[in-house]
Amino acid sequence: MQYLAGVPEHRTSTGLNNRKLLMWAFLGSDVMFFGSLITTHLIYRGQSLTGPAEEILNIPVTSISTFVLLMSSLAMVLALAAIQRGNIRGMRLWLSATAVLGMIFIGFQMFEFYEFAHLGLTPRTNLFGSTFLVMTGFHGAHVTFGVFWLWSLVFLSFKGKVRQDTSLDVEIAGLYWHFVDIVWIVIFGVVYLIGAYGVEASDAAHAVAGMLS
Amino acid sequence: MATTARVGILQRPLAPTGVWSWITTVDHKRIGILYGVTALIMFLIGGLEALAIRAQLATSDANVISAETFNALFTMHGTTMVFMVVMPAGAAFFNFLIPLMIGARDVAFPRLNAFSYWLFLFGTVLMNVSFLAGAAPDSGWFGYAPLTANTFTPSASVDYWVLGLQVLGLGTLIAGFNFVVTILNLRAPGMTLMRMPVFVWMTLIISFLIIFAFPVLTIALTLLMFDRFFGTNFFAMAAGADPLLWQHFFWIFGHPEVYILILPAMGIVSDVLPTFARKPLFGYATVVFAGAAIAFLGFGVWAHHMFTVGLGAWATGAFAVATMTIAVPTGVKIFNWMATLYGGSLRFQTPMLFALGFILMFMLGGLSGVMHASVPVDTQQQDSYFVVAHFHYVLFGGSVFGLMAGIYYWFPKFTGRMLREGIGKVHFWIMLIGFNLTFMPMHVLGVLGMPRRIYTYSADQGWDLLNGIVSAGAFIIAISLLVFLYNVWTSLRNNPRVTTTNPWGASTLEWSIPNPPPVYNFAVVPTVRSLHPLWDEDANPIDPPALPPVDARAIHMPSPSYWPVVLAGAITLLAAGLLIWKQASLPGLVIMMASGVLMLYSLFRFAVEPATEPVHGHGAHGAAAHH
Repeated sequence: MQYLAGVPEHRTSTGLNNRKLLMWAFLGSDVMFFGSLITTHLIYRGQSLTGPAEEILNIPVTSISTFVLLMSSLAMVLALAAIQRGNIRGMRLWLSATAVLGMIFIGFQMFEFYEFAHLGLTPRTNLFGSTFLVMTGFHGAHVTFGVFWLWSLVFLSFKGKVRQDTSLDVEIAGLYWHFVDIVWIVIFGVVYLIGAYGVEASDAAHAVAGMLS
Repeated sequence: MATTARVGILQRPLAPTGVWSWITTVDHKRIGILYGVTALIMFLIGGLEALAIRAQLATSDANVISAETFNALFTMHGTTMVFMVVMPAGAAFFNFLIPLMIGARDVAFPRLNAFSYWLFLFGTVLMNVSFLAGAAPDSGWFGYAPLTANTFTPSASVDYWVLGLQVLGLGTLIAGFNFVVTILNLRAPGMTLMRMPVFVWMTLIISFLIIFAFPVLTIALTLLMFDRFFGTNFFAMAAGADPLLWQHFFWIFGHPEVYILILPAMGIVSDVLPTFARKPLFGYATVVFAGAAIAFLGFGVWAHHMFTVGLGAWATGAFAVATMTIAVPTGVKIFNWMATLYGGSLRFQTPMLFALGFILMFMLGGLSGVMHASVPVDTQQQDSYFVVAHFHYVLFGGSVFGLMAGIYYWFPKFTGRMLREGIGKVHFWIMLIGFNLTFMPMHVLGVLGMPRRIYTYSADQGWDLLNGIVSAGAFIIAISLLVFLYNVWTSLRNNPRVTTTNPWGASTLEWSIPNPPPVYNFAVVPTVRSLHPLWDEDANPIDPPALPPVDARAIHMPSPSYWPVVLAGAITLLAAGLLIWKQASLPGLVIMMASGVLMLYSLFRFAVEPATEPVHGHGAHGAAAHH
């Protein structure tokens, strides 16, 4: 397996693998991507002239999907630990669990977007619709890409291409996955918990909160 | 040795010559040459746009071109010179030189490097196709929204601009990642960070600027794209959007971008001056840290482009102070360069002349720049020709003079032949005179009140004489470029090959190997023991003369690949499909879906393709080299 690899990876000046350093550089850059989107959302907070806005955010339901995504990071850690000990079957199990949890998160997000559309909120509706949906959609695209990546690692493991000596491939995918997870923690905290603070909760949120209590 | 090896549906090309070898190359030196040639062609196109602008402005009430054409020309002149000339010219230098300077055989990710180039080229082509479609971008190189929103610019012109920049910017971003990893990770033994030539340091700093500044532009362009194509409200004033959002985003990117444009020239000059002064750079560490300080501060000064929009006294004041502090590290560099010259045995060959021209012209641009840090002065000068004069002193007098110094200096490294000294000196003096005739009077015009971006003016303003001088100067610059092109042509044709590896007597590692370097750069990876490896005789890393000739086939270099160009083409087609979709939805959709499939397929092939093709007879070793 030779993802995007260049010259033979015998020796590097820093001791860090080239691809790992590349991933760190990319993640640093990705902070600016998400930072710009979250900033735009915050600048426009409370500025929408029409249509539903922060009050339709469903914090109880999103808490569940946030928990799911957090657990996927745990599964990712276990997958890496397994392959580093040479336990291929364990790695397959935990990588699959990570991917499935990621897919559940995406399912929640699709449900959320679908429900918002029902409540009359699309990217065209108002400023909140534009900033919220493009920002969380951008995050959802990251998760989706990660899910494809995880499944292809599982697939390649059956062809003997993910082994203990190439566990770096899993580690790099893990860096990406944890980063995307952390970004969601920021979005959940800043956009949902703080962003929706003090606004009227929607009926749907009340209903789910009622079910959970 | 087999010339091709079967990989997937295509034969992997391994032939060393021919057009295909250039299209599929992953050799950093060839990619550097591709960047350089493309930048030169775009320089001529951007220059012709400038000449048309100056022909129109040479006299009052002129009718050479229409107002609409004028808008398109100043927009594309700015966009071209920033994104398609100075940036790729810098990329040409750091592609060709960085691995040679740090003692590496290639960059960290050679195929990604080729991918960056093709994205740059295709983005450039996509944007310039707008001329043929009769919808050239005409909203200024900074594309201020809401002016660029559908409401005010319904034509496709901004769509070309947005999508062209997106494709091109993606290539730049990937190049940024690549060079961060290359410089940090691929240094030869002994090449510590503080033994790297200043040019390598500046490239590292630029790469960090790129990976932190370009995402902001990418997001701003994405939001504008969503507004224009999918009806979102990011810049829709009727929906309550903030008219300053785009300006903030653009300049948070745009100011670091200014340093992306000037730092390569600073690096080049910091390496040229010691060679022609015959003494080490004064205060090497200070120059390096000053460069880093400029880059760091560069992220905190963006609102000085927005002093007149009404940010309030506190914000404006804070940005004014931050802007003034940038003058400190910049001044440090200029004093270091002057101290390098002091007491040196100076040789005034062409690279040195351009380097000295750089220092003087850049200093003038810096002096008018620091004036803009003062809010009342800036308020007076905003959108006047004074500002045009300032940034041309920095970008032309600075960047272009520095890049010219680099071309004359490293031409033997690139091609194996020197440029003609005599013609080079003629080139320098004509360019220096033409440059100052063009841009010096603009200061006066600006103070007299001539605004930027006007397509004509009336005779009673009294601006005719100075504008006539400016336009004459522009044509003198054009003549100097013809002299330069003639120099390149005749030198390549008639000059003998250089026989020594180090024709200028320089101190850095790239001059320890033949001109031009062999494909593998260093037959033996050098060990570096000082900042000036070629000057410190007993620490000379040059291959021992007694070494037997190296069998090039024994050195495994990354193999050429189709996938960079195919993947870049697919991404560009996707952007073109989006453009078409807006006019005709079905064909656009078909193109987008087809190119999307091609993109995913080539991305997958790109990822799983081994970087180095195992060679028959070396199979075992080749396989061992990458697991």
